Amino acid sequence: MTTAAPKKRLTTSAMIASFADADQRTTPAPFGHALAALAEERPEIVGLSADLAKYTDMHVFRSAHPDRFFQMGMAEQVLLGAAAGMAEVGLVPFASTYSVFATRRAYDFLCLDIAEPGLNVNVVGGLPGLTTGYGPSHQATEDLAILRGCPNLTIVDPCDSVDIEAAVPALAEHDGPTYLRLLRGSVPTVLDEYDYRFELGKAAELRTGRDVLLISTGLMTMRALQAAARLEADHVDVAVLHVPTIKPLDREAIVRAARSDRLVLTCENHTVVGGLGEAVATSLALAGVATRFGQIGLPDEFLAAGALPTLHDRYGLSTDAVVARIKAELDDRAPWPADPSPPSA
Amino acid sequence: MTSLTSPTPTDRPAPTDADRIARLRDAAYRIRRYALDMGEVQGQGYIGQALGVADVLAVLFGDVLRFRPHDPEWPQRDRFLLSIGHYAIAAYAAFAEAGIIPAEELETYGSDDSRLPMSAMASYTPGMEISGGSLGHGLGVATGMALGLRHLGNPARVVNLLSDGELDEGSTWEAAMSCAHHGLSNVLAVVDVNGLQADGPTAGVLRIDPLEDKWRAFGWAVRRVDGNDVAALVAAADELTADPTAPSVLLCDTRPGRGVPMLETREKAHFLRVEEHEWQTARDQLLAGDITTSTPIGERSPTIQEGHTR
Repeated sequence: MTTAAPKKRLTTSAMIASFADADQRTTPAPFGHALAALAEERPEIVGLSADLAKYTDMHVFRSAHPDRFFQMGMAEQVLLGAAAGMAEVGLVPFASTYSVFATRRAYDFLCLDIAEPGLNVNVVGGLPGLTTGYGPSHQATEDLAILRGCPNLTIVDPCDSVDIEAAVPALAEHDGPTYLRLLRGSVPTVLDEYDYRFELGKAAELRTGRDVLLISTGLMTMRALQAAARLEADHVDVAVLHVPTIKPLDREAIVRAARSDRLVLTCENHTVVGGLGEAVATSLALAGVATRFGQIGLPDEFLAAGALPTLHDRYGLSTDAVVARIKAELDDRAPWPADPSPPSA
Repeated sequence: MTSLTSPTPTDRPAPTDADRIARLRDAAYRIRRYALDMGEVQGQGYIGQALGVADVLAVLFGDVLRFRPHDPEWPQRDRFLLSIGHYAIAAYAAFAEAGIIPAEELETYGSDDSRLPMSAMASYTPGMEISGGSLGHGLGVATGMALGLRHLGNPARVVNLLSDGELDEGSTWEAAMSCAHHGLSNVLAVVDVNGLQADGPTAGVLRIDPLEDKWRAFGWAVRRVDGNDVAALVAAADELTADPTAPSVLLCDTRPGRGVPMLETREKAHFLRVEEHEWQTARDQLLAGDITTSTPIGERSPTIQEGHTR
């Protein structure tokens, strides 16, 4: 057997991939470390996982507090049912799995066992939106759409390690059910460069700008900030409003920021159906704000497998794609793409 | 647990097994009677199931569960989880019998603003630990409660009442496997095996046999009894709760409509229809029947007031 020259591997559709840029500052497993630290102060905190402790950074908590970690096996329905039972007897559980399994497979249990009784159970979903190139089985492109209709549920989509480290104690403190879109592994550290502090239920303006307002959540806030910095060179002034809490939505801050003649674009790591974009559109319509508005998000499709950078470019989440989209919107002032054809005379 | 406010057991002769069984049969009679009264209020309700499961509930609330009727949040209480929300009518009857809710309140069953909705919900009713209705949830929540109670050093037990139809749900078996894996000897599952579900006999909808072997294979201690035989229920519950080393399941074969011959012999259906004029006949038949006890209603012992012996 001859040995072929190794081919250069350019891309990968591996399940676990990083969306951090090559030169980006990162923090290892911020969720796991934040939970382990919080548990030092709060003995009622427990952790559960459904055979994914290692891949949701729960292993950090498991190592620090082995007697307070409960392995539930690859059984997401009992994961969430049992988390509810633990909360019923006074514990404060954090239950981790992948977002697709927490929302698609175990929704009835999240809804009826956890949210309906208003229990302090914190569901932690890994691989939200397009953060794996593994294909639709693991890409939770519609988790926010599934969960936004669930009463009582607080939903957080953190941007980076700074958000996660602050969100974990805030979610434990919040006396009700929550869902955290987990960023795991080496997580970018971005927001410590801004005058910003995570506050549950609050949006925060990270930078101001006269021409464009980006209303962003999750890792797309990082991309929005990068795009804004890039557009400075073209003398385009871009503001970024970070909305880490998807529900309850900070409608007041959103409407206040959007009530201007700037181009308003929402940015989310989620399908354009049922996520931040539609939530913002509803808020603006209800407030009578008729500004130029568009959505940056994933298409209403089952996505391809592939390397994350390839896919983020293809589906419009990369910084390049965001910059290009903003420029196109600014070049195309009228008519709105969404305008119906004018009625014929 | 001994009685909480009444004289200690040493102040009176120890009850014999015969006394114990007679007391529980009386309780079962009253549970059936309460259920019929509630059924008449609404003209409907899962009366077949209520009559069928009455003996099981009488034994659970009269002999197995530790609770304080007037303190439903007592931290040391055994948790009773009704995952079969449509059995609410039976549970309310048992709650009234146990003194958790006043018997007079039963007439509000299913009415607007009542604490007793037709499907059981925790936020409405004292003593109702979970909201049932979506089947296959109870045993999963029981798993977490039992893990949590053990973790907290709380000796309370978790008792989940399921139906045989509920065993169709895969989540029930996730939880069954989990209870065994975690060695949750503080869990007792009680299955009302009435052989019926919404679309017809369980045997035709989705076969659940071999029932005992399934539970045993999942790592549970199993007893199967005639669920309308109070003495058999008591004996099996005693065995299962004596010194459990694994989660336990009590499989109770019951007869829907039990105690009211007119209903027991009626064609079996998930939703047993009772005509308006039939409720009084049903009560008369229950009173006349000797399946529970031959003691006329006026001479029956008073409702249990405060706790009881396990």
